[in-house]
Amino acid sequence: MLKSLIAVFLAAILTENYVLSKFLGICPFLGVSKKINTAVGMSLAVTFVMLLATAVTFPLFVFVLEPNDLAYLETVVFILIIAALVQFVEMVLKKYIPSLYKALGIYLPLITTNCAVLGVTMLVLEKHAADASYTFLHAMVNALGTGIGYLVAMVLFAGVRERLEDADIPKSLRGLPITLIAAAIVALSFLGFGGIVDGLL
Amino acid sequence: MNPILLAVLLVSGIGLVLGVFLVISNRVFAVKENETAKKIQEALPGANCGACGFSGCSGYAAALAEDKTVATTLCTVGGNDVAARIAEILGVEAGSVASVKARVMCQGHKTARSYTADYTGLSSCRAAAALYNGGSACAYGCLGYGDCVAACEKEAISVCQGVAVVSPALCVGCGKCAAVCPKGIIQMVTEKQVAVVPCANKDKGAATKKACAVGCLGCKVCLKACPEEAIRMEEGLAVVDAEKCVGCGKCVAACKFGVIKMV
Repeated sequence: MLKSLIAVFLAAILTENYVLSKFLGICPFLGVSKKINTAVGMSLAVTFVMLLATAVTFPLFVFVLEPNDLAYLETVVFILIIAALVQFVEMVLKKYIPSLYKALGIYLPLITTNCAVLGVTMLVLEKHAADASYTFLHAMVNALGTGIGYLVAMVLFAGVRERLEDADIPKSLRGLPITLIAAAIVALSFLGFGGIVDGLL
Repeated sequence: MNPILLAVLLVSGIGLVLGVFLVISNRVFAVKENETAKKIQEALPGANCGACGFSGCSGYAAALAEDKTVATTLCTVGGNDVAARIAEILGVEAGSVASVKARVMCQGHKTARSYTADYTGLSSCRAAAALYNGGSACAYGCLGYGDCVAACEKEAISVCQGVAVVSPALCVGCGKCAAVCPKGIIQMVTEKQVAVVPCANKDKGAATKKACAVGCLGCKVCLKACPEEAIRMEEGLAVVDAEKCVGCGKCVAACKFGVIKMV
């Protein structure tokens, strides 16, 4: 049990990194990764939403939607729940960390449409359907691991981008083009983790 | 039960539960916002340039709402309109804003200026200033590597023939370019129609002449030509007093080297 939980956690961070190997949640990955501290704040907000969303959607799907043959509603219902949770996170941040609230700006409400969050809640259901031993606990650990994987990707990339600021970049590549190229190279380097989790355990 | 009805009921039920949850948390996590500050912020242009000396439009609005002694006329971007609106919101007398524009006090473009060396280092004025002024013979003039261009958020500055030029139509007078210029040759001047001596070279006439064809030599011909006595000498450089200048243009005609310009 513990071994499988650790495997899920490590896989979510390294081999199945949502940003760098599944390419989900690219918008805030490119938008908020200019500075390391906003990148960390954004990742923590995303992690929090992922955890809450999984905690609500997984039981809802297993105990309400599936028994009533309403599995086809998952996208609609999940988005509804994620949107409400993001609103909630927004209120909390506005009250307790206004500086982070300002720094995140439009990207905070955009977590609603962050496909990484929807991806986390939906892909665990596939795994649950394929293998009954994949329980609610696994889903929660997966959500936490994905959030931390998001943090790792954001912080790594923020470091790369801070270096890019000082580089003499050809005029035609300045701005988004060089950012996308850098993101591709960072993603490529994450390929190196392939199979490492199975090998470890 | 009808599957369609069930689906509709389920989704609306979830919506209702989440709605109630959000209403409650909105009450619990409510943030008190200063109504006056909010109104003032709406009246401000939202350029967040910092010309007022505060951290941005919201910072200025908060300061105005809290402290009555903060002047209502600090926003150079919005000008008199915005000052009047702020005064109306606060219920105080409206003042007038002295609208200013940045001006580069150098016109020594590449063909007019002489060089002592070729500079091939970092493309930055600060770096060039530290290394023999980027090979420029004039130790005071514009280096032309565009630190001010990078600082300008309104894209109002361009470098033309090695000299930065401010477009008055785009300049909002925030003064960020003046702060980054290592030579300190960008001045914030009033928009009034006046004569200007766009030169910063404080050397003696002969040395200035060697370094640049359009430098002010300090010959004082303009001093004598001015009927208003608006021109004075400061460290070998003619300086026009914008308050006294009436814009007659007699100094422009008198200057044999075409240094003085009307703006």
